[in-house]
Amino acid sequence: MLEIKNLHVKLEDEDKAILKGLDLKVEAGKVHAIMGPNGSGKSTLSYVLSGRDGYEVTDGSATLDGEDLLELEAEERAALGIFLAFQYPVEIPGVGNMTFLRTAVNAQRKARGEEELSATDFLKEVRAKAKSLKIDADMLKRPVNVGFSGGEKKRNEILQMAMLEPKMCILDETDSGLDVDAMKLVSEGVNALRDEGRGFLVITHYQRLLDHIKPDVVHILANGRIVKTGGPELALEVENNGYADILAEVE
Amino acid sequence: MALPEVKQTATEARLAALSLPTGGCLEAGRRAALARVQEMGLPGARDEYWKYTRPETLVQAAAPEASVFDDGEVAMFNEFDRLQVVFVDGVFDAEASDDLSLEGVTIERLSDLSAKDLHWAKDLYGVLEARGQNPVERPLAALNTAFATDGVVVHVTGKPSKPINLVYKHAETASDAILHHVIKVDSGAEATILENGPAASRFNKAMEIDVADGGSLHLIRAQGRDHERRAATHLFARLGKESVFKAFTLTVNGVLTRNEAVVEFLGDDAVAHIAGACVGDGDFHHDDTVFITHDAVNCESRQVFKKVLRNGATGVFQGKILVKEGAQKTDGYQISQSLLLDDDSQFLAKPELEIYADDVACSHGSTSGAIDEEGLFYLRSRGVPLAEATDLMTLAFLAEAIEEIEDTDLGTALIERLTGWLARRR
Ligand SMILES: Nc1ncnc2c1ncn2[C@@H]1O[C@H](COP(=O)(O)OP(=O)(O)OP(=O)(O)O)[C@@H](O)[C@H]1O
Ligand SMILES: [Mg+2]
Repeated sequence: MLEIKNLHVKLEDEDKAILKGLDLKVEAGKVHAIMGPNGSGKSTLSYVLSGRDGYEVTDGSATLDGEDLLELEAEERAALGIFLAFQYPVEIPGVGNMTFLRTAVNAQRKARGEEELSATDFLKEVRAKAKSLKIDADMLKRPVNVGFSGGEKKRNEILQMAMLEPKMCILDETDSGLDVDAMKLVSEGVNALRDEGRGFLVITHYQRLLDHIKPDVVHILANGRIVKTGGPELALEVENNGYADILAEVE
Repeated sequence: MALPEVKQTATEARLAALSLPTGGCLEAGRRAALARVQEMGLPGARDEYWKYTRPETLVQAAAPEASVFDDGEVAMFNEFDRLQVVFVDGVFDAEASDDLSLEGVTIERLSDLSAKDLHWAKDLYGVLEARGQNPVERPLAALNTAFATDGVVVHVTGKPSKPINLVYKHAETASDAILHHVIKVDSGAEATILENGPAASRFNKAMEIDVADGGSLHLIRAQGRDHERRAATHLFARLGKESVFKAFTLTVNGVLTRNEAVVEFLGDDAVAHIAGACVGDGDFHHDDTVFITHDAVNCESRQVFKKVLRNGATGVFQGKILVKEGAQKTDGYQISQSLLLDDDSQFLAKPELEIYADDVACSHGSTSGAIDEEGLFYLRSRGVPLAEATDLMTLAFLAEAIEEIEDTDLGTALIERLTGWLARRR
C-alpha cells in the first residue's frame, strides 16, 4: 500500500537534511509502529507524506498503491486516502468543527466523483461517531480545536479519521496528552477502523499505546533512517532499555 | 480664510453642476449647508483626513462612468418580510416600492417635505450633519444636505413589525445620486433598517439618526456589488439615555467607498456598535472612517472592522474615540483587522483615542496579517482544496464582524450570500 524508497528530505529554506535514505513499506491491513528519539524525523516523515510545504525531497520516492504521492497537492493526497492525525492539531478560529468536518467529507467525495453526503446522513454519522469517542455536541459546534484540551484535540483527530475513512492512516503521537481512559477510547476508535484494506503507521514513544493498538511491525527511526525493524517485542525492548543499545548495535 | 485655489476651483466646479432644491421647510437648512460647503471647500488630495483615500472622483463635477452589474441573484434580504422603498439611480420608484404605511412608524419622502411647512424633520435635517463637522470637517456630507434630491424621513414611534428596506438600484452608467435620510426614533421605540444595492455610478448618501432615551435602532447594509461604483456615505447618530444603535455594513466590490460614521453619546448608559466587513479585489479601495464622541456617563461604544484584501486592493480604517471630560465609566472598544491574501494588497489604519476623563476603559487594536498557513495546510490535509480552504478561512475571519449583527437570521443570511459570492469568484 504505502511504499517509501530511499527518501531524502531537507528543509526548503535551510541546508538541513532530515530524512536520509528512509525505506518503509506498509501493507494493507497491517499496523506499523514507528518509534525513535526526539528529533529523529518522525513528524517530518508524516508531513512529507501528507504534503506540507517547507520540505524538499532530494531523492527517493513515496507511493500509495503505486501512485506517486510526492507530485500531488495535500488535498489530492487526502482524496487518495492519506490521513495524518497531527502531533499538534491546528486551531482554526471562526470555522465550526461541524462545518469543517462536513466540508472535508464532501470535498473528498467530490474529488473521488462520489455524491455529497446529505445533511441528515452526515449529522447522523457524525453524532454516532462522536458519541463513541465521548465528544459532546458542544465540541462539535465550537471552532476547530479552539479551546480544546490536549486530549480533546487528539480525540477530534480520531473523529476526523473515522469520518473520512482513509486508506492510509498516519498517527503522530496521538497518545501524547491522553489520560488512561481517553487512550482506551482512542485506541478503540483506531481498532474499529482496522481492516483488510487499510494501513496504519503509528508514531509513538510509548509501549502503552501499542498494548491497545497491537502492531504487526515495529520500526526504529533514528537520524533520518529506519535503523531497525522487528515485531512487537522491539517496542518492549525500547520501553525497557531506551535507544542506546539499539543505536550502538546499528553503528 | 480664503480656500487654496485648487480647492476653490474644484468646489466651484462641483457646485456649478448642482441645483439646490427650493421651497418648503428644508430650504433654510439646505442654504446653511451650502454656506458650510463654500466655507470648507470640498475634500482635496492634501487634506489630512483624506490622506489615505483620494477624493477627486467623489468631488469632480460629473460622476465617473460605472457599468451596471447584474448577477441575476435574488434580491438581498429577499427571504425576510420587509417594507421596501426603492430608489433607482437615486430616483424614487413608486411602482417597485411597497405601500409606505406600517404600524409604529411614519415613512415619508424627503422630496415631499418641500411642500410642507411645519415638520419635525426640519429640526434634524442638516443639524446632526452640522454638529458632525466639528472637530473634523466632512464637506461631502454638507454638500449632501444642500443638494439631496430625495430620501426618506422616518419617524419610529413604536415597534414596527418588520424592517424598512431601502433598496438602491443602479441603472445608468453615469448616474450621480444624492440621497439624505432622517431617522427619528422615539423614546422606547425600536426599528431595523436594511439597505442594499449600489445606488448609482456615484452615490453620496447621508443618514441622520436621532435615537431618544431608551430607543433602539439597528442598521444593516450591504453595499452593492457593482465593480466600478463609487460611494461616499455618512452616518450621523445622536444617542439619548439608555438608547441602542447598532450598524453593520458589508462591502464587496466597488472601486471606491468611503463610509463615515459619526456617533455622539448625549445620554448616559447608551450603547453604540459600528461594525463592517469587506472583501476587496484588484482596484478596490475601501475606507471606514469613524468618530465616536462620549459626552455622557457609562456608555459603551464598540467598533469592529474586518477587511479581506487581494490582488492589490486597499483598505483604510480611521477610527477615533473621543471621551470628553466627565464621560466617566466609558467603555470604548475598537478593533480593525485586515487579512491580506497577497503582498500587493495593503491596509492603512489610523486608530486614535483622545481621553479627558479618568475612569474609563478604552482599548484599540489594529492588525494586518496573511492567511494562517498552518490552518490552510490542516484544511487541505483533510481534502479541502486550496481555494475552498482559503474561502473558509476568509469567512471565518469576517464572521467576527458579521456576528456583531444582533439578529442572527440576518447575520446568517449575509454569511450565506458571502459564501456564494466567494465560491463564484474562485
Ligand atoms: N521547519 C523546521 N525548521 C527547522 N528545523 C526543523 C523543521 N522541521 C523539522 N526540523 C528539525 O528536524 C528534526 C526532525 O524533526 P521532527 O519533528 O521530524 O522530529 P520527531 O522525530 O518528530 O521528534 P519528536 O519525537 O520530538 O516529535 C529536528 O531536529 C527538528 O528540529
Ligand atoms: Mg514529532
